[in-house]
Amino acid sequence: MGSKTPLFNKHHEAGARIVDFGGWDMPLHYGSQKEEHHAVRRYAGVFDVSHMTIVDLSGERATEFLQYLVANDVAKLKEYGKALYTCMLNTDGGVIDDLIIYFMSDTDYRLIVNAATRDKDLAWIRNQAGPYYVAVAERAELAMVAVQGPNARELAAPCIGAEYRKAALALKPFNGLRAGDMFVARTGYTGEDGWEICMPAAEAPVVWDRLLAAGVAPCGLGARDTLRLEAAMNLYGTDMDETISPLEAGLNWTVAWEPENRDFIGRTALAALRNSAGVQRFVGLLLEDRGVLRNQQKVIVEGVGEGVITSGGYSPTIGKSIALARVPSGDYDRAVVDVRGKLLNVRVVKTPFVRNGQIRINLWEKHDE
Amino acid sequence: MNELPGDLLFTKDHEWLRREEDGSVTIGITDHAQGALGDLVYVELPEVGQDIEEGGEMAVVESVKAASDVYAPMGGNIVAVNEVLADDPENINSDAYGDGWIVRMRPAGGIDESALMSPDEYQEFIDNLDD
Repeated sequence: MGSKTPLFNKHHEAGARIVDFGGWDMPLHYGSQKEEHHAVRRYAGVFDVSHMTIVDLSGERATEFLQYLVANDVAKLKEYGKALYTCMLNTDGGVIDDLIIYFMSDTDYRLIVNAATRDKDLAWIRNQAGPYYVAVAERAELAMVAVQGPNARELAAPCIGAEYRKAALALKPFNGLRAGDMFVARTGYTGEDGWEICMPAAEAPVVWDRLLAAGVAPCGLGARDTLRLEAAMNLYGTDMDETISPLEAGLNWTVAWEPENRDFIGRTALAALRNSAGVQRFVGLLLEDRGVLRNQQKVIVEGVGEGVITSGGYSPTIGKSIALARVPSGDYDRAVVDVRGKLLNVRVVKTPFVRNGQIRINLWEKHDE
Repeated sequence: MNELPGDLLFTKDHEWLRREEDGSVTIGITDHAQGALGDLVYVELPEVGQDIEEGGEMAVVESVKAASDVYAPMGGNIVAVNEVLADDPENINSDAYGDGWIVRMRPAGGIDESALMSPDEYQEFIDNLDD
């Protein structure tokens, strides 16, 4: 028996198939993963993400501490509620976890880290925070839901206190605000518009019921995974881990090299890798043959070398199999993947595969190229 | 839980078999199996005319979650495959014992019924599995 979120009984009521995820009993799906996936792309779905770990940091030197702790630069955050996606690295430049940091004030930040990495993250953060006298408070009493899809914000708005509703609806992407005892942010992990809402545990079942009554589909971890794969959003533990740097996981854009004198953990190792030849690429793959690409399958680029699929699966939106893969450096757009002993053809494509309900890749190769 | 069709036999690998009048055997995966796999997205079928040994890999069913081998419950020759599954693998989800059939095989020898379960026995078998 794993840990249960405040919404566990609601999942049961909705007919969820429950699976273990990082020690939590979480819904995999409520009948059909594909239907849930489509609901988010076409209308609205809600995910229980209460298993994720919310950590509040506060202290006079909180900004300085975070500038040292993570690879992106929190100095970019100047407005209240603004969010930053970043990796937290070890000294070798490997990824301890990826997280979102919300700026509340220059002495107060909210971090949202992964569930499966909770213990090591908290230990690492607390250990590093010591010299900065920054208070590290886990907010285990909070629940969190992600309401995602083109109609998500409109359908979820009635769950927000009336006096905050207008401001919540006016939030720009990657911004959040406090709404009474809730925290609402226009963020997500699906490639669709929507909100992530943190709230006291007791409120979560009420919000859940209201969303379902409004026609929002309950969605499980299965759909969450295919949605984020289509959106080419990395999953910690498969696309990157402590042995993989952000540079080999397609996360170069999350590393702030400027200002040059900002010393963050892992910078030295990362800078050496950045300047070395042959850093592996992180790419999207589209399967041209029939079949399904899966994690850990071998990618073979003739005359160049071999790589590996870090996240592979079936794309319900495209109707074909897609993958994220770490592959050798070089200029090529075709490869083969060893799928259960058969070599199947894949094309290297620019990600994301899908964003805001639209397929963003060319499904058919242009012959005039 | 829906009632299991009475004319089927079942394996411990969650496959079902139906003896046809012409001596062939139709084979698919059970409703319990499709439920555990989740939405099916791809089915790899054998060639018609292919000989398969007992326990040999006969088909692969892939769901949103994972790939799963379907093993031949007996040796024999493939006389028909459900081509519709190539485009509509979800037929296995919606109708595991009907439109979701996978292959029809002509058994090389007899069918060892002692290794197979009746609907009641299979129901008991899945009721006792740790879900």
